[in-house]
Amino acid sequence: MTVRKNQAALSTAEKRRFTDAVLELKRTGQYDDFVTTHNAFIMSDTDNGDRVGHRSPSFLPWHRRFLLQFEQALQAIDPEVALPYWDWTTDRTTRSSLWAPDFLGGTGRASDGRVTDGPFAAGANRWTISVRVDGRDYLRRALGSGGRQLPTRAEVDSVLAMTTYDMAPWNSSSDGFRNHLEGWRGVNLHNRVHVWVGGQMGTGVSPNDPVFWLHHAFIDKLWADWQARHPGSGYLPAAGTAGVVDLHDTMRPWNDTTPADMLDHTRHYTFDTAA
Amino acid sequence: MSAITRRRALGAAAAAAAGLAAGRALTAPAPAQAAAPAHAGHHPAQHGPAPFDEVFQGRRIQGEPVHGGGHHDGHGGYAVHVDGEELHVMRNADGTWISVINHYEPLADPRAVARAAVRELNGADLVPLDLG
Repeated sequence: MTVRKNQAALSTAEKRRFTDAVLELKRTGQYDDFVTTHNAFIMSDTDNGDRVGHRSPSFLPWHRRFLLQFEQALQAIDPEVALPYWDWTTDRTTRSSLWAPDFLGGTGRASDGRVTDGPFAAGANRWTISVRVDGRDYLRRALGSGGRQLPTRAEVDSVLAMTTYDMAPWNSSSDGFRNHLEGWRGVNLHNRVHVWVGGQMGTGVSPNDPVFWLHHAFIDKLWADWQARHPGSGYLPAAGTAGVVDLHDTMRPWNDTTPADMLDHTRHYTFDTAA
Repeated sequence: MSAITRRRALGAAAAAAAGLAAGRALTAPAPAQAAAPAHAGHHPAQHGPAPFDEVFQGRRIQGEPVHGGGHHDGHGGYAVHVDGEELHVMRNADGTWISVINHYEPLADPRAVARAAVRELNGADLVPLDLG
């Protein structure tokens, strides 16, 4: 059974196996397919139209399925690898071991945002940004630029306290847990972390930065934590909602998975701490 | 057909191709569904933002309402260009805007989104998605 660990607890060997598997996925071209898929959904998910991956109730089950597919692709390369998660309420500075050269590398240099150390730096020629929205083909970051701050544990707890999963109109203007976790409303958790990292993480092609997976693995864990706190609260809406993935509707692009199928993460993996 | 209209048409084609790629990338059985989202509940804003045309930090940024956008409805009825290349923008339900360059940070209007894109681009060209 796959156990997803806090990235801060990984051994040097575990970090290396993870980054090696990611680099191999990149080399074979499979990695960029994930980037392409994410960007296609982010550009087509709209508040008043069909919405599946973002700004909608299925934001959480869609990304759970997307991460499972990515993790399975990594495990096809190295069966010992699991997705780590980044608890940005704890590891909240640029000095975190997450950003060390033996793991993801650090922030970008001031002149052009280019990441210059770690396995994904442009100089190593193993991480060319191919699926891109501008002319730059190197990984960029601007960690915490402009004095931005990552969410605090108290802010996370305020969102976990919300008892209703999601609410009409089921988009970026909704009240409820999902939209506050996604960040379009309220204290802003998920969206703010994308902005804090900067570079490609702030764009529609955000999976170009491997931290995308660690960020979303923690968002996914927060969903599990919320379920544990609110066992009587389920995914909404239940049925018959135009433009939105109801509990038993299948999700694009897989068309074989419903939100109901994704509610119990323990069928696929567990976390290193109890939810 | 004006140059800008041709470019807009190219942008729409690229967006449609991106949708197709989403279906293929993960070997989904029905890529046509990914390429053609339904248009249920499409309500264009009654009073959209005004057009603009200015040079910001050395780059020409333009925005204008578009009508009859047809197939692709992510633009919120508005098109933005940076040095003539289309910047994919989207209107949120609360009236704020984002672009594919700043996708997780809503801003007040399309001009603010265009200016934020110019700052983020740091001189780089905006390019249509390279779908390989």
